Amino acid sequence: MRFGVVQFPGSCDERDALAAARRVGDAELLWHGDADLRGADAVIIPGGFSYGDYLRVGAIARFSPVMGAVDRFASEGGLVLGICNGFQVLCEAGLLPGALLPNTSLRFTCRQVEVEVVNTSIPWTRGCEVGQRLSIPAKHTTGRYWSPGDLGDQVVLRYAPGHNFNGSMNDIAGVCNEAGNVLGLMPHPEHAVDILTGSVDGLALIGAPA
Amino acid sequence: MVGPCDVRVRVLIRPKAGILDPQGQAVERALPALGFEGVANVHVGRLVELDVEDPTQVPEMCERLLANPLIEDFEIE
Repeated sequence: MRFGVVQFPGSCDERDALAAARRVGDAELLWHGDADLRGADAVIIPGGFSYGDYLRVGAIARFSPVMGAVDRFASEGGLVLGICNGFQVLCEAGLLPGALLPNTSLRFTCRQVEVEVVNTSIPWTRGCEVGQRLSIPAKHTTGRYWSPGDLGDQVVLRYAPGHNFNGSMNDIAGVCNEAGNVLGLMPHPEHAVDILTGSVDGLALIGAPA
Repeated sequence: MVGPCDVRVRVLIRPKAGILDPQGQAVERALPALGFEGVANVHVGRLVELDVEDPTQVPEMCERLLANPLIEDFEIE
């Protein structure tokens, strides 16, 4: 399994995403100006502040050349994982439903959260059990998930009771597209791959397709 | 540079009604603390000003980039 990790100007978690992906497969960086994915089997859109979060989080990044390639890749069933800012970018690009709004606290919050896996039928969660809890850090200001409609099985991860610190609708922490090949989540599985930093639960997601 | 035919356009973007606006709420709570009473329904949005040659393109600019129609309403002046 070869992962491509997209780097936009302002990305900041691409190195951890690379390191996490290299624990389960090969991985290389893809620059935002690249118009192809260099044969990647799966793409990770990492966290950070792409294009300075100007205008709206994720709004500018969706127009970069690499996102055209990601869009085609996803429509052909390619595996895409959007983490934090990557989740925001995928929502803005229309590859995932809904949008991310400012936390109800209006504050940047960094903490370990527990999320429950509620859908294990997609490639990114096939290694998990329904109801399994994952301990993963989250760190953001704009992570309040909102969607106008009922998402049904497209809800993949929910914050465990007491862990929905950002005010997300129905405790939603991660959603997939209808086909299930594109997953976005606000917590950072790439920061939970070594017991030295408290948890290896992130590998359950990143390693699942490998 | 403003060309002779350019039209000054202002786009007002605000959170959609019904979506929680914690920024507006924070401002609404802060005003009475300064002695300003009788303020309600405060919402904080964005103002985008632009000079355009063809103002008929502005609605599409709003739909595709300046606003996210899922969560924001926009008004063109």
